[in-house]
Amino acid sequence: MKTEMKTETIKEQIGKESINPNQIGEGPLTEEQQIYKENILDHYRNPHHKGTLSNTTLTHTEHNPLCGDMVTMHLMIKNNQITDVKFDGHGCTISQASASMLTDKLQEMTLDKIKKITRDEIMEMIGVPLGPVRSRCALLALRTVIKGLENLQ
Amino acid sequence: MTAPKEMKEEFPILKRNVHGKQLIYLDSSATTQKPQQVLDALRHFYTTSNANVHRVVHTLGEEATALYEQTRKKVADFVRASTEEIVFTRGTTDSINMLACMLESSVQPDDEVMISAMEHHSNLIPWQQLCKRRNAKLVVVGMNQEYEIDPADLKAKLSEKTKIVSFVHVSHVLGVINPVRELIKIIRNKNKEARIVVDGAQAVAHLAVDVKSIDCDFYVFSAHKMYGPTGVGVLYGKKALLDKLEPASFGGGMITSVSFEKSTWLDSPHKFEPGTPNIADVIAFGTAIDFMQRDDVKKAQEQEKDLIKLAHAELSKLSSVTILGPKDCSKRSGLIAFTVKDLHPHDVATGLDQYGVAVRAGHHCAMPLHKKLGIDASTRMSFAVYNTKEDVKTTLEALKKTIAALKK
Repeated sequence: MKTEMKTETIKEQIGKESINPNQIGEGPLTEEQQIYKENILDHYRNPHHKGTLSNTTLTHTEHNPLCGDMVTMHLMIKNNQITDVKFDGHGCTISQASASMLTDKLQEMTLDKIKKITRDEIMEMIGVPLGPVRSRCALLALRTVIKGLENLQ
Repeated sequence: MTAPKEMKEEFPILKRNVHGKQLIYLDSSATTQKPQQVLDALRHFYTTSNANVHRVVHTLGEEATALYEQTRKKVADFVRASTEEIVFTRGTTDSINMLACMLESSVQPDDEVMISAMEHHSNLIPWQQLCKRRNAKLVVVGMNQEYEIDPADLKAKLSEKTKIVSFVHVSHVLGVINPVRELIKIIRNKNKEARIVVDGAQAVAHLAVDVKSIDCDFYVFSAHKMYGPTGVGVLYGKKALLDKLEPASFGGGMITSVSFEKSTWLDSPHKFEPGTPNIADVIAFGTAIDFMQRDDVKKAQEQEKDLIKLAHAELSKLSSVTILGPKDCSKRSGLIAFTVKDLHPHDVATGLDQYGVAVRAGHHCAMPLHKKLGIDASTRMSFAVYNTKEDVKTTLEALKKTIAALKK
């Protein structure tokens, strides 16, 4: 199941879980599992590429209806490649840190590559284990980019 | 008498650890945990009497039917109704959707259906969609300064066009106990024909409910918010009204005769329960009601009020916390929702979860209410008979640590 997931893109994975339900909450948290690690809090407190861009190729907003998290992605695209990216939004630590981390990742990436980003890659980027509910917060930024790119076509 | 501390012993799930910490469950407004006797009842039914009901003459069928109908009697006694007035559904949401369907023909174009600003989506969308189908208007009654449904606004908005009024007994976000008797008197005085629905989902586990004294036409609630299993709900309706209503769904077990030309129905409640019902869960729901009738459980229920007062007092000490709903704790039941300045409720809930504390965070299926309060979401602590003062104290300590850790 796990290896199969690796090959799936975010679109195919919405609603699917790669986590064993019986393992959520089992045992004490190790340092690695602490959800609010410095890395996440750093991105949350001092987000990278936060703000807006004018005359963008693409500006798209998505919400997480669960909690009102909101992420807007501003993308400059030239020759199917990202030339600049900024994000704006409000919401929980995970959704905003994830958006910040994603803007780092997207720099100069080709659109083809973006479309192939997997759920597991985002989870790895976040670096803390999340259950199916909080995963939606983590995936909001990528979902915003993917939905925006769909609209562009 | 058992104090709540021993009450915990009766709920096996409360023995488990979460992230290496003892679970403190403060999300009973979403669903309560189940006592051992309810779990035993489920197992016992499936291992001794499992059969279909109402249509089977063998011994198991007779036993299953007797147990199923015994629960109906328990529910009827619990809310002071008679058995033919108690219809089993899948839950509160299902009960309201059934009503919206069954009352549809009474709503004409330009008529009005009235709800309050604090409704759960389940007591909003079914009526909104009914209005859409019938070209009718959904009218929303506001709140007063105590966060109750505003009697003055209700009075002002009622007219002969009002066909249905549906509102909540206890708000699942504000925690406020609405003055249902007073509100219903106002409605009856102004419009005798309007049908009155009360959503009791958050009331039944905390307050004594007497549908006759409230004088509503319909009262709806769920088993799983009162120590029973998920998948069972109740639709109480006044007998005279249920007699006149056409069922919302059809099938086996509800008819007196069927031909290709026409069918005729059994009397209420059976005409509203086509198909095989959720037999085992209904029977275990009966056991949950037995549990709630025990003196020690009733005493623990009384003590929930002290927990609310304690939580309210402790939360009030935190400068970054804003409590939603009435300041007067005597107007509250079961829960306290709050926001923390500059902190998303999800982060508060995840922070608390790391200390083993389960609270709810989000818009709690009440987006319009949160919008009205000027926020996206909130964090909610809710209480049940198994909660203790220590639970509240531990939670407040965990909350302080979470706020300190996540401060910008």
